[in-house]
Parts: sequence; structure tokens; C-alpha cells
Amino acid sequence: MPVNLLAAESSASTSRTLTITLFLVFVAITLGITIWASRQTKTATDFYAGGRQFSGFQNGMAIGGDYMSAASFLGIAGLIALYGYDGFLYSIGFLVAWLVALLLVAEFLRNSGRYTMADVLAFRMRQRPVRMAASVSTVVVSIFYLIAQMVGAGALVSLLLGITADQTFLGMDADTAKVFTIILVGALMIVYVVVGGMKGTTYVQIVKAFMLMTGALVMTLMVLAHYKFNLSTLLGDAAAQSGKGAAFLEPGLRYGVETAGDATKTFYSKMDLLSLGLALVLGTAGLPHILTRFYTVPTARIARKSVLWAIGIIGTFYLFTLALGFGAAALVGGKAITAQDKAGNTAAPQLAQKLGIDYLGGDTGGSILLAIIAAVAFATILAVVAGLTLASSSSTAHDFYANVIKRGNASERDEVRVARFAALVIGAIAIGLSIFAQSLNVAFLVALAFAVAASANLPAILYSLFWRRFNTSGAVWGIYGGLLSAVVLVFFSPVVSGSATAMFPAHDWHWFPLSNPGIISIPLGFFFGWLGTVLSSEKDVEKYAELEVRSLTGHGAH
Amino acid sequence: MPATPERYLEVQNSDEFGRLRRTLRNFIFPTTIAFILWYALYVLLSAYARDFMAIKLVGNINIALVLGLLQFVSTFVIAWYYSRFAAQKIDPLADDIYNEIEGDRRPADTASTDGGVL
Repeated sequence: MPVNLLAAESSASTSRTLTITLFLVFVAITLGITIWASRQTKTATDFYAGGRQFSGFQNGMAIGGDYMSAASFLGIAGLIALYGYDGFLYSIGFLVAWLVALLLVAEFLRNSGRYTMADVLAFRMRQRPVRMAASVSTVVVSIFYLIAQMVGAGALVSLLLGITADQTFLGMDADTAKVFTIILVGALMIVYVVVGGMKGTTYVQIVKAFMLMTGALVMTLMVLAHYKFNLSTLLGDAAAQSGKGAAFLEPGLRYGVETAGDATKTFYSKMDLLSLGLALVLGTAGLPHILTRFYTVPTARIARKSVLWAIGIIGTFYLFTLALGFGAAALVGGKAITAQDKAGNTAAPQLAQKLGIDYLGGDTGGSILLAIIAAVAFATILAVVAGLTLASSSSTAHDFYANVIKRGNASERDEVRVARFAALVIGAIAIGLSIFAQSLNVAFLVALAFAVAASANLPAILYSLFWRRFNTSGAVWGIYGGLLSAVVLVFFSPVVSGSATAMFPAHDWHWFPLSNPGIISIPLGFFFGWLGTVLSSEKDVEKYAELEVRSLTGHGAH
Repeated sequence: MPATPERYLEVQNSDEFGRLRRTLRNFIFPTTIAFILWYALYVLLSAYARDFMAIKLVGNINIALVLGLLQFVSTFVIAWYYSRFAAQKIDPLADDIYNEIEGDRRPADTASTDGGVL
């Protein structure tokens, strides 16, 4: 039986009230924490790095909170529910990526840096050009990621609050409600960051991670219990309900599609799958809001521990996505999901409603579980956007203001004041762009953020830490080269123009055949980093000695 | 407090530091190549070996699902094994060098050498 989210008007209204109440409870608790944290925030280290006093477990939870975004919870569940096995590819890429962070980045970054990604990149280079480049790429990556989350929040609100095109809520129609939600989410995220700094934001992440894990666990157990804990029966039912049979459980419904008789199209489709796979696995270790998390713990060894916790938490969550996605396919059905949201973003909340109706006493139970999961989804979005705003305002203040403009002569007080102001400005820009970008596809923006992070940031980070010869010119070429390659290729790809699902479907200026640029732009990022390096004779032997000894032993670490 | 540039150069060129760098790099580089290849194999099979991936092993559980879950297993195992390796082989070497530069015991952090959490 397909479930209609608006089946009963009264239960929709119960659900709406409950969602708002629960969300307000979350906001009240997190605002309380934020105000408490603001009293503890006195120095720049408090604001940027939460005082470096978090434990491995706390930071592991916070990493989970920062990392598991709307794309993970709503997006992956939806993709699995609609396309079966292919949605699971995201889960795997997002998880395996953590090994890059664990083995090659986390501990060395913690030892070498202080507040931002650029601390490591500029360690042995001329400060101004490298910090400028790193600041630009930090803000670009974070803003794309931010817009994706905010657009997600806007798209969800009308569905989760039960406002359809012909309905109003508190006198607002669906479009007004979207804009209102984006402004509300944006305003809250600015408050968390400006008032609470890293300390407040970290606690918000921890609370959110706990809520998300609990919500996903409860739903997973209910789905599995429904199938008597037999995974094969669940998969069989999902495949049967999908109408696609066994193909639903195999790769190929969404990515790497084989078009009979069109070898070129098939080739590009397969390349797109490889490109996506590469961007997912290499993007994580270049995301600025994830990298700054490693500074919130006292030592590199605790940073290692926190990544281990994060891998445990995130891995477990992505295993839940299997039950959520296939559960939604089997119990809600693809038709009911696409009727509500074409991209499948409401699969998880719809599954919650169905499980509530079946197991928690009918419509009321359905409304309650739907409301809880909807509130979890909003908390998820809110926490992620706060982390992103903090990372980009930190880089603006510490890299751009203190080092590029003030040439390293800014006082701590001024730096933090600028960081708070930057959070306000970046937040406002993100709110504005998100309202303007309402029609953009959420998954496209997240994939772009990952591809840009992998192309612009990762090569420079790895070269910085491990390549003796690397220099200022290499860092600048690598960052701008990777950044431009990724952005330009996306601009000329079918996601922007020349296809029915493009941002500008009526125009066609695309010549790049893939929707994800990673397979080209990531190697280009590494290539430009190498080329810039060999074109310049600069090298600072002494500073590299300091960086290498410090990154490996922690001597002199902040 | 950071030491002098001369001191860092001297440490960087010491045999002890060479051993730390070698031990670390001999672990992290081959392991990274291995898990990237293992992941690439999985993505390539998903793209190009669909008949193989579709083979059912038990009930509705096919090779694609098992290989996907094995990526989870390998990630957990590598993370756990690295934390054990680092605690046993890397951390003591790093501590020795740290103490030598400092000429003193390392203040914090002694509690965090007890391996991993997974």
C-alpha cells in the first residue's frame, strides 16, 4: 500500500505541530549550550579550536555530526529507495574516504597547524599568496556545500510540514515557507557560530550526531524486525515492490547505465561512475570544515582516536542506510516516494510514517515517528551548515584578514572579532544564494563540493606534508589549478546546461560530457601542483625540516 | 616551544628520525595504495562486470552486496590495524625523538598510547 504523506488532514496537522515542537526543543537546547559555550570562549584558540580540550570520543561524534549531512541521511536513503543498489555506492565512497584522512592527513595536520587548513599549506611557504589561495578555496567549497544543505532544508520544509502548492501554513504558501525556512536556518547557524564559536558548534554536532544515530537505529531495527531480521527477505521484497526485479539489487540502474546501440553514451556513463567514485573517496580529506575538527583535540594521538570513533560511527550509520533505503522501497514503494519528491529525498521520513502507522498504533503513531525523523533531519542540516560557516569564517579571519591584509600583525581580539563578522557576512551570502538557487539540484552541489575539495585542497595538503621539493608556486598553482579545473568543467557539463535536468535546461553550452569532473580535475590538481613546483627554484630546507619533524613527532605543536 | 632551525635540520637528518619516517611511510603509503586499488576494483566491477556482480550467493544476497559490505569490513580492519601499529611501532619512536629535542618527558598524552577504540 503506498503511503500518502497527507492521507489524513488531522494527522498531518498533529505531525506538523509535533515537528515544530521537537525542532524548537532542539533549538532551545543547542542555543542554551551555545550561550554556555560563549562564556567559556575567551581566546582565539577557544573560538577557532574549541580550546583543544575535546576527547577522542566527543570529537569523533562531532566529526560524525559535521559529516553526515542531509545528503547522507535523506539523499542516500532516497537514492537506494528509488535506484536500489546504486545508492549504496555513495555510502561506500563516503566511508572509505575516511582512510585517506586517517592515514595521510589527520595526525600530521593536527601537529603542524593551528586553526585552519592554510596553517599547514603555508607552513614552509610565503604566507600571503598561499593563504590567499587556501582562503579562496575554503570559502568556495564551503559555500557550495552550504547552499546544498540550505536548498535541501527549503525543499524539505514544505513536504515535512505538509504544505503543498495549494495550501498555506500560518498564511504562507509553499514558496514563502521555503524562503522563511532558509532564513530561519541561516539565522540560527549564524547565531551558533558567532556566539558559540568552535566550542558551541562542536556540542551542537555531538547532540545532532546522537539524535541522528538514535533515529536511524530505531528505524533500522523496526525495518529488520518487520522482516524477522532476514536481510534476504527484505531485499527480495524491495526488489519485488520496485517493479525492477533482481536488477534493483545490482549496480547499473542509476550510474554507468548501458544504452544499447550507443557505445559513446555507455562509455561516458561508465566514466561518470568512475569519476563520482574518485571524487567521493578523495574529497573528504580536503573538506575544510572536516580538517578544522582535528584542531579541537589536545594531541595528534587523540586526533587519531577521534577519526577511529568517527569511522565507527559513520560506518554504522551507512550500514543503517541499507535498511532505510531498501526498507522504504519495500514498505513505502517507489511510486509513493516519487509522488512526494522526485529526487526521493523524503523516502526516510515517509518510511518513518509508515513504520509508525504499522507498529505504533495507527495514524497518530505515524505522525509521531514522522515528526521525530523530520526534526532529526532539520537538526542534521542545521548542524552541518554551522560547521561549514565556522570553517569559512575562520579561514577568512585567520588567513585572509590576519595574514594577507595585516601581514600577521593582527591581535587575537581583532582576529576573533573579524571571524564573528565574517560568519555574519558569509551566512548572509549563503542565505541569499540559497534563496536564489532554489531550483538547483542538491546532489549536484554536494558532488561539486567534494570534487573541488579533492582537486584544489588534497593535492596541496599531500605535497605539503610529504614532498620535500614542494614550494609556494606549487601550492598556488595546485590550489587555483585544481579549483578552476573543477569549476570550469562543471560549468560546461550537462548538469549546468544542455540536458532536461540541467540548471538551465533551455540553454546548451555544454561540451564536457561528464556530470562529475573528478576524474579529470583531480589529476589536474596534482599536475598543476607539480608543474608550479618545478617552475620555481624556491625551497626552504629549514622550514621543511621543522614541518617534517613537527608533523611526525608533535614537537612545537600548538 | 619550537627548537632552532639548525636543531630541526639535525633531527631531520638523524638516523633515529630516518627510522621513524621509514617505519611510518612503509606502512601508510602501501596501505593507501592497497585500499585505493581495492576500492577501485569494486567501482570498476560495478561499472564493467555486472553479470559477475549479479550472481546470487544466498537468497537475494548477491556478489555486489557482499563486495560492498566487504569495503566496510576492510575499512574497519585497516583503521583498527593502523591504530595498533601506530601505538606499537610509531608512537615510541616519535616520543623518543620528541624527548630528545625537549630534553625532558613529554607532558600530556601518555594516556593515549593504549591503541585504538575500535
